[in-house]
Amino acid sequence: MNSSVITDTNLSEINLGIRGNGHPPIVSVKNLNVYAGNHHILKNINLDIPKNKITVLLGPSGCGKTTLLKCMNRLTDLYHELKVTGDVWIDGDNILKSNDNIAALRQKMGLLSQRPYPLPMSIFKNVAYGIKLKGIYDKKLIQYNVEKYLREVGLWEEVKDRLHQPAVGLSIGQQQRLCLARGLAVRPQIILADEPTSALDPISSKIIENLFKELKKNYTIILVTHVLRQAVRLADHVVFMSYGEIIEEGAPADLFKNPATEKLREYIYDGN
Amino acid sequence: MNWRKKTEEVVAREIMRFSTYSLILILVFIIAVIFVKGFSSLTPDMVLKTPQGGFYYGGEGGVLNAIVGSIYIACGATLIAIILGIPAALYINVSLTRYKRLKNIIRFFLDALWGIPSIVYGAFGFTLMLLMGMNASLLAGIIVVALLITPIMVRTFDEILSTIPRGLHEASLALGSTRTEMAYRVLFKQGFSGFITAVLLAFGRGIGDAASVLFTAGYTDLIPTALDEPAATLPLAIFFQLSSPIPEVRERAFAAAAILTIIILIISLAARYLSARYSKTNLR
Ligand SMILES: Nc1ncnc2c1ncn2[C@@H]1O[C@H](COP(=O)(O)OP(=O)(O)OP(=O)(O)O)[C@@H](O)[C@H]1O
Ligand SMILES: [Mg+2]
Repeated sequence: MNSSVITDTNLSEINLGIRGNGHPPIVSVKNLNVYAGNHHILKNINLDIPKNKITVLLGPSGCGKTTLLKCMNRLTDLYHELKVTGDVWIDGDNILKSNDNIAALRQKMGLLSQRPYPLPMSIFKNVAYGIKLKGIYDKKLIQYNVEKYLREVGLWEEVKDRLHQPAVGLSIGQQQRLCLARGLAVRPQIILADEPTSALDPISSKIIENLFKELKKNYTIILVTHVLRQAVRLADHVVFMSYGEIIEEGAPADLFKNPATEKLREYIYDGN
Repeated sequence: MNWRKKTEEVVAREIMRFSTYSLILILVFIIAVIFVKGFSSLTPDMVLKTPQGGFYYGGEGGVLNAIVGSIYIACGATLIAIILGIPAALYINVSLTRYKRLKNIIRFFLDALWGIPSIVYGAFGFTLMLLMGMNASLLAGIIVVALLITPIMVRTFDEILSTIPRGLHEASLALGSTRTEMAYRVLFKQGFSGFITAVLLAFGRGIGDAASVLFTAGYTDLIPTALDEPAATLPLAIFFQLSSPIPEVRERAFAAAAILTIIILIISLAARYLSARYSKTNLR
């Protein structure tokens, strides 16, 4: 590359190199654009997500955070009005271009949404569901795994006596942990969490936060949140978006103390 | 200032109360008339015997032929409607999620089919039978009633499936389901109460309809033993007996109507019980 010509794109590529600091990216978003009719929802997004870290997506409502997450496991397929171009590389696969077996690719990512959506079945079957989809039918093995992942999210003691009761009978906080457990049970590498604590009480939120700190040893977490303090507590890497663009990204210490842009400064101080 | 709101509130509430209770009153009234008029003819013989000699002039016997015929036709047709209806309703809500226009066109056609009067189905079935050289039979009745009730089945189930939040679709896909797995393992379960309602509506319409079976199923005093034999039905039994000049026979028409009403009430109760029982696990 001719270094005397520094354009916007290769500048951001240089930034990518610095930001990685030794951690190879596990997700790599390249030139991602999403349109809904005339509305340009995501504008040429380029982003690397470091492995086994918590990356926090911040930004005002409607800036495209949820849409960005949905591109990563191609849930955008469900919306006919969305047109997606660009590439999302995950672990060597281009999610957006691959046409065969998108179901298996989606299992590389666990999804935790704003409110829990337990499947219409028992607590046990909710966790067993994804395990069975992986082709595991051995009863003992399923049982072992259900217990393992319910323990991992700290739900086992609370539900072990009512595993075969409907999952909708749990409290919202418990349901959210159940959803996390069933997501972990398919052994993803990445957890996509879209405001996972916004419907929860402070104690349940705390539990989820602490879980995330544990989970990042083995998983890469991409977290959308509106709670600045949560971002400060959890983030290893922060991405600030506004109107479909990435405005700033970096380590939380730098970003929150010395925001380089007016937009981020406003966002931080208006939030308080 | 406040009195306006208060009167508004009272008037609105009374109107709603009046509409609700008057509907219930009408239902009670209908059932009462049927049972009072048919009471003296509602004997064990009526349910347990087929028409004997001179039945239509007030002689011995009952309408077992029509009860069995109606149940055969309604069950056969509902079975066909279920087999066609489940995949169709799921298809609209899973494979067509991205294609809004196509989805709306299909729904429009189904609604139109729902709205076609049953005599038209009967006439259509009759024409088809003539073309194929078929006689009025149980099979022909089942097929025509199935045509009549499948759109009802599909649209009712579809309405419920379409209310399932997108988040549940997303959750099951994110776990690695294919669309088919999502449809049958998650959405079908979540929409189960709607499915039961759909079956109930379809069955009720099927067992109660006279015009569609008039030319296609025929009428006989015997209980059908094969698909190519004609079959009697309760609505036609009511129709024939009600047009008789003999008072006892007209009374029997009301007894037959009472039997039909009881069958439908039993099916409704069973459906309510089933849907309550199997939708406990559902997201609300
Ligand atoms: N299916 C869709 N069709 C049309 N527009 C959409 C669709 N999905 C999202 N949008 C638009 O894209 C923009 C970004 O939406 P998105 O849900 O990604 O925002 P967000 O950053 O997650 O906001 P919030 O913080 O409120 O959750 C919004 O303006 C929204 O209206
Ligand atoms: Mg969002």
